[in-house]
Amino acid sequence: MMDWMMGLLGGLMIGCAGALYLLVNGRVMGASGIMGGVIDGSGRTVERIAFIAGLIMVPAFVAWMTGWGQTHATSSVGLLVAAGLLVGLGTRIGNGCTSGHGVCGISRLSLRGIVSTVIYIGAGAVTVAALRALGGM
Amino acid sequence: MRMLWAAIAGGLFGLGLIVSGMTNTRKVLGWLDFFGDWDPTLAFVMGGAILPMAAAWAFARRRRPVLGGRFPEANTSGPDRALALGAVLFGMGWGLVGLCPGPALASLSFGGWQGLVFLIAMAAGMYLAPPIKRRLTKPA
Repeated sequence: MMDWMMGLLGGLMIGCAGALYLLVNGRVMGASGIMGGVIDGSGRTVERIAFIAGLIMVPAFVAWMTGWGQTHATSSVGLLVAAGLLVGLGTRIGNGCTSGHGVCGISRLSLRGIVSTVIYIGAGAVTVAALRALGGM
Repeated sequence: MRMLWAAIAGGLFGLGLIVSGMTNTRKVLGWLDFFGDWDPTLAFVMGGAILPMAAAWAFARRRRPVLGGRFPEANTSGPDRALALGAVLFGMGWGLVGLCPGPALASLSFGGWQGLVFLIAMAAGMYLAPPIKRRLTKPA
C-alpha cells in the first residue's frame, strides 16, 4: 500500500482512539498530558498508566508480528538528550503535543490548539533546515 | 472499567502510530523538511485522525462520558506566552530527532537504546517544566 494510504488508515485509528478516550473516559487524548500527569502526580494515575501500557504493548506486539518496528533515530547521544529535554519541557510548558493540540485541539477548532500546531511545525521545520545547513543530516 | 478502556484507547493509538509510519523518525523528519525532500504523509495522518475526533466532539455536546464525569471544558483563554514558548521548544526538539511523546512511548519496545535515552530525557524535561511554566503565567 502507498505511504499516504497507510498514513490515512493509521490516522483514522488514532482519531478513533481519541474519540473512544473522550466519549468513554471523558478525557482528552494527549500523550504529553497523560505522561506528564503521571510525573506530576496530578491524579488519575492508574488510568494514565493503563493508557501508556496499551500504547507501549500493542505496538510491541505488532512490531514482533510484522517486523515493522524501525525508528531510524539518530545515535547521537547529545542530540537525543537535547531533543528529549526540549520535547519534555515544551509540551508541559505549552500544555500539549501533536496528539493533544494537533489532533484533539484542531478537531474542536480550539484556537490554542491551532496556534500551537502552527508554531511547533514551524519551529520543527526551521530546526530541520538548520540541521541540514550545518551538515547534520 | 476506566483502566480497561484507557488501555484499549492507548493500544489503538499505538496501533495507529505504527501503521501510519509515525514511529519512523525518517517519515516525521521528512514531513518537517519543507525545503528538501518533503514527505506529506503526516498531513494524511493528521487529517485521518481529525475526522473521527471532530465527530466525537460533536457527539459529546449535551451528553456525558459513558463512564461518568464531565467532558473537559475548552480552554477559551486564547493563546498566551506559555503556549507559544512551549510550542517553540517542543518543535525544536521534534525537529532534532523526529520523536514526539506518543511515538516515543509507542516505539519503546523496538526503538533501541536511542528511544530509551530520548524518553528518559523527555521525562526529565517534563519534571523540570512546572516551575518554569508558573513563572511564565504569573501576571507581568
